[in-house]
Amino acid sequence: MTAPVLGPGLAAGPLAAGSLSSQGHSFLSPTGVEIVFVLVGLAVLGAAVLSVTTRQLVHAALWLVVALGGLAVEFLLLTAEFIAWVQVLIYIGSVVVLVLFGLMLTRAPIGRSPDADSRNRPVALGTAAAAAATLVTLVVDAFRTTWVDLDAGTGSARATGSSLFRHWVLPFEALSVLLLAALVGAIVLSRRDGDRTPPRPPRPRPGRAVSAARRTPAAPVAPTATPAAPGTSANPATNPATPPQER
Amino acid sequence: MTLLDALLRCVAVLAVFLVFPLVIGQTEHKVMAHMQGRLGPMYAGGFHGWAQLVADGVKFAQKEDVVPAEADRRVFQLAPAVALLPYLVVLIAIPVGPHGLVGQAVDAGLFFVLAVMGVGVLGSLMAGWASANKFSLLGGIRTAAQLMSYELPMLLAAASVAMAAGTLSLSGIVDAFHWWWVPWQVVGGFVFFTAGLAELQRPPFDMPVADSEIIFGAYTEYTGLRFALFLLSEYAGILVLCALTTVLFLGGWHGPFSDGLGWLWTLLKTFALAFVVIWLRVTYPRLREDQLMRFAWTVLIPLSLAQLALTGVVKVVIS
Repeated sequence: MTAPVLGPGLAAGPLAAGSLSSQGHSFLSPTGVEIVFVLVGLAVLGAAVLSVTTRQLVHAALWLVVALGGLAVEFLLLTAEFIAWVQVLIYIGSVVVLVLFGLMLTRAPIGRSPDADSRNRPVALGTAAAAAATLVTLVVDAFRTTWVDLDAGTGSARATGSSLFRHWVLPFEALSVLLLAALVGAIVLSRRDGDRTPPRPPRPRPGRAVSAARRTPAAPVAPTATPAAPGTSANPATNPATPPQER
Repeated sequence: MTLLDALLRCVAVLAVFLVFPLVIGQTEHKVMAHMQGRLGPMYAGGFHGWAQLVADGVKFAQKEDVVPAEADRRVFQLAPAVALLPYLVVLIAIPVGPHGLVGQAVDAGLFFVLAVMGVGVLGSLMAGWASANKFSLLGGIRTAAQLMSYELPMLLAAASVAMAAGTLSLSGIVDAFHWWWVPWQVVGGFVFFTAGLAELQRPPFDMPVADSEIIFGAYTEYTGLRFALFLLSEYAGILVLCALTTVLFLGGWHGPFSDGLGWLWTLLKTFALAFVVIWLRVTYPRLREDQLMRFAWTVLIPLSLAQLALTGVVKVVIS
């Protein structure tokens, strides 16, 4: 959904302002790239719908991979090469892996998990529809019949970088402060109350590693599973409440 | 670039993808054997068992392809492809020699390569989850944890080189290389190579597949050809990692007579690094999971940040 917003938005930045025109183009005789763009968009939409409607938790995450990968392809078709690879690197390579990691640590049953559904479906549907309508209205109203010429290189790393650090420095820095705040928040949340000294996990020795893991309440994985569990608490974002489900 | 040219490049990349991992695998057989005072394969093919891996492939193809009854069928069957294909795609963007000796020059090549390499790990995750086996699930969890810890130092080390060269294009980075980059970026090179080894789950970072405790982790339930695909992806990963380290930190095709024999330099450096990978496997014991995590967060990340700072300072001073 962000592809049409961000794509023309970037290209319409001050660097490429000269390439905006509204004459001499028709939407009725699409080029090959446009046809592919629409087809990939439909695939992304389908994958996204599947990822929220499937009743299998892990399948939802995997459909999300398809949707995000399709978005990367859309960025490529809009010649925003750099953003496409960042999309793959951050969203597929890290975010989805994090989601899968969380699912595996807590509950990832094979087959349906009906208890994962809540009764908020209609509300969620309404919110999604409203958000989509707002965004589509905004984009349609902002660009109307404007034609953006997408020459190769409009979205290259050099162009993106210079427009980011020349014209968009303030939002960029504000975002980094936001991320820093999130980081600090994660550390605060993962600290247990009442701990005066910062918790330093006992170094398990091979001989008594299992018992050491049993004594630590926040061992991420069931004690028999990995003797080295205390060491993994270096990752503050993964503090599971439930042990992995037995199957 | 004409259609024929593009087709030719694709075929060449495919040939490299199919042959070089086997060469590395066979080298591993023989080098490990000799380091451990034995001979290794000696019969298949006649001369020093050169056809051992071909024979292994035939054997794998003949085995029954079993999908456990409890498994998630489609994800289980899809996983080996997801693990293997990214490495094939990555090979397209790695420059071998000067004057455009590369499958397809990508503008943000560095990002492309690292992004697509990260996708391969999804294959292990899918395999670990879909197998419906607790050892596989453990392997999957460990894979994910390891990936998330080691991705960061790897990216930071790569970013240091990109800063030094002032470009994200892999060919551009090699073009900008000077010999004194090797001492300048040596820490980054170490971090990149080590983190790459961890991402490939090679010893000593093979806790996720630890065969003696969680019976090969995510691959426990795999048989036949699909298991062979996972093995192949490991060796393709070694090839990609070594080639990338060569391109980023060892100057790729630079060397004497680099105009005509540049590609040979790239190959030599790549295979020397592959030898180091095998050497490390024979030399070091497996790191425990907590040691793995501590190493990533307390050693590699500070080192890569220091390298980044050093690169920045030197870059500002010399420019």
